[in-house]
Amino acid sequence: MALLWLRFALACYFIGLIYAFFALTRTSDLFSRIALHAASMGMIFHFVSLVELFLSGHVVWASVHNGESLLAFFSMTFFMIIYAVYKTTSPGVVVFPIVFFLTFVAAVDEQPVLLTSFVQHKGWLIAHIILIFTGYAALVLSFGASLLYLLQERRLKAKKPSSLISFLPALEVIDQIGYRSLLLGFPFMTLGLITGSIVAMSTYGHIDFADPKILLSVLMWVVYMVMVFTRWNSGWRGRRAAVLATFAFVAAIVAWAANYFSAIHRFAAS
Amino acid sequence: MRYQLIGVNHKSASLEVRERLAIPESRLPDCCRDLTAHPGIEEGMIISTCNRVEVVTHTSNGSADLRGFLHDHFHLTAEELDAHLYEFREKDAVRHVFRVASSLDSMVVGEAQILGQVKEAYATARAVGSVRGQLDQLFTRAFAVAKRVRSETAVGSSSVSIASVAVELAKKIFGTLQGKNVFIVGAGKMSELAARHLMAHGCASIFVANRTYDRAIGLAQKFNGQAIKFEDLYNSCDRADIVITSTGAPHAIFRREHGEQFLARRKNRPMFFIDIAVPRDVSPEMAKLDGIFAYDIDDLQQAVSSHVADRRKEAELAEAIITSEVERFEARLHTLDVVPTIVSLQDHLETIRQAEIDRVRGRMGALTPEQEMAVEALTRGIINKVMHTPITTLKTAAREAEATTVIDVVRRLFNLRDKDKESVAPDPNKNEVGTRH
Repeated sequence: MALLWLRFALACYFIGLIYAFFALTRTSDLFSRIALHAASMGMIFHFVSLVELFLSGHVVWASVHNGESLLAFFSMTFFMIIYAVYKTTSPGVVVFPIVFFLTFVAAVDEQPVLLTSFVQHKGWLIAHIILIFTGYAALVLSFGASLLYLLQERRLKAKKPSSLISFLPALEVIDQIGYRSLLLGFPFMTLGLITGSIVAMSTYGHIDFADPKILLSVLMWVVYMVMVFTRWNSGWRGRRAAVLATFAFVAAIVAWAANYFSAIHRFAAS
Repeated sequence: MRYQLIGVNHKSASLEVRERLAIPESRLPDCCRDLTAHPGIEEGMIISTCNRVEVVTHTSNGSADLRGFLHDHFHLTAEELDAHLYEFREKDAVRHVFRVASSLDSMVVGEAQILGQVKEAYATARAVGSVRGQLDQLFTRAFAVAKRVRSETAVGSSSVSIASVAVELAKKIFGTLQGKNVFIVGAGKMSELAARHLMAHGCASIFVANRTYDRAIGLAQKFNGQAIKFEDLYNSCDRADIVITSTGAPHAIFRREHGEQFLARRKNRPMFFIDIAVPRDVSPEMAKLDGIFAYDIDDLQQAVSSHVADRRKEAELAEAIITSEVERFEARLHTLDVVPTIVSLQDHLETIRQAEIDRVRGRMGALTPEQEMAVEALTRGIINKVMHTPITTLKTAAREAEATTVIDVVRRLFNLRDKDKESVAPDPNKNEVGTRH
């Protein structure tokens, strides 16, 4: 059943995906409202799907696909919070495709691979998952915002009269969205890594820094920290911030992909 | 529909005339009361803003002497006033009200203020009871039309002058202008105007630098701002988010190195330069820096002219909306109009009366002239007495929302439906409305 709900959610997110493509070229109030409603519907289905998973009793969130589903859900939650505060759907341009992709991957597979059951501290594990995914979701949003910032900056610099009537929020608003997501995400990401280390320590007794997953995770965290620091210290934004955000985002994706070939951060029972 | 409207606006009358007609807010309630006390006027309200004075009424016969009211009220002679007045009736009055509320009749087409002003005038008149059913319907519709125009066209989305384009650009960069600082470099009329616009949108404080320090002080005082010595310009400029520059300097006074210096001190928070100097004060090299947004006079001019063109297109669209709305409103009023019902009711009873008299004549033979008169008076008297309450009820109902129900009931009670359809049939438009309700 959970998978069925997730597919309903996927259908709703698809509308968001279409919106993301159109919003880049034209402004339509009606369309952004439709996309917003579709996204809300999607979130409801998505939530039902997650609750069903939870009620099924196992820590099945910790499968690759359910993890992706959870991350998509958190990203949407962030998107909605931003909508509530800033009344703009424009981060959707970046968020919707990512959410769609994550949900899609999570929804196609009939048999999500379960996390190995040898982990001893389930509480820490759940904390790790939730924290790290909240961090990821914040990163997704701030990556989206930094791309939108670039776009808006270019429009304003181009001085085309049409730049006055654009769907994007004001430059500083985009900047705030990005910065706040970044700030909010950082403690989650940090605590997520710490809890992850605790789980690893308690399971294996040591942390293998040569493991690709751990290496990449640490790398991502460092980039993340550099981003927060440069922003806080010298107010890096625009192009430089976008480069850093892209770097962090790519690092995050690679770190996630590392699940498929890491020796210790595996989901498949072996 | 017996709407009548008279007024002056920025196109028909000079400021001096408008000043004499303007009604202060405190006197508006009394004025509305006077208006409804004027012969022939059932309902009335007055919209008085700096650009217009409009008297909107619903009258008992469609031809109340509104000019007379204005003459009396403002103690102006016909020569002084009449040349500036425009007067609209019925459909044209409805259209005018719709256009005013939608800001199509405004000096700056699309400005948002007018709708609020009309709403206030409406609330005032409603509070004193000079607006009831008919004007209520008209203005409720007008507000809906204004909303529709606003949401379906871009008439309201952009404002025209250079100063307001500058404000819009600033908003595109900063979102809100609350708490932003403005720096005026070179005190001139235009920069003063731009600054005034920016302050009106919430900018926090103003710095002024000028080659002649005294002029800087003078301008700074106007805005409660702070005068800066020209030598200190580069050291204090980074405190401003928005810089309006219009010096007569032959070379750019803001160069790339200045921009870099400002950005470093501001931790890269963006700066907006409104460069209305010719030759330009901001060097193109500096304008290229990330975080510096510099618009020169040509850029602003271009934005303004594109707005005007856009706006003309949008205004046409808005006019089309208004036309269709006027028709809709008219059609709806027709169904609410009780007059046809009253007429057909009277006709119906008159036919019965005549038939009955004929029957009596047939039975009793010819009557004497006295008898004839007595029968005539008796039957007429009965019908008039009986009809009095239904007709008054219908007339009162016409002012309220329940009109259609009452009309419907009366028509059904007296079986007036068929007759009405016959009389309505030749007019396809009316018929369509009739069957819909």
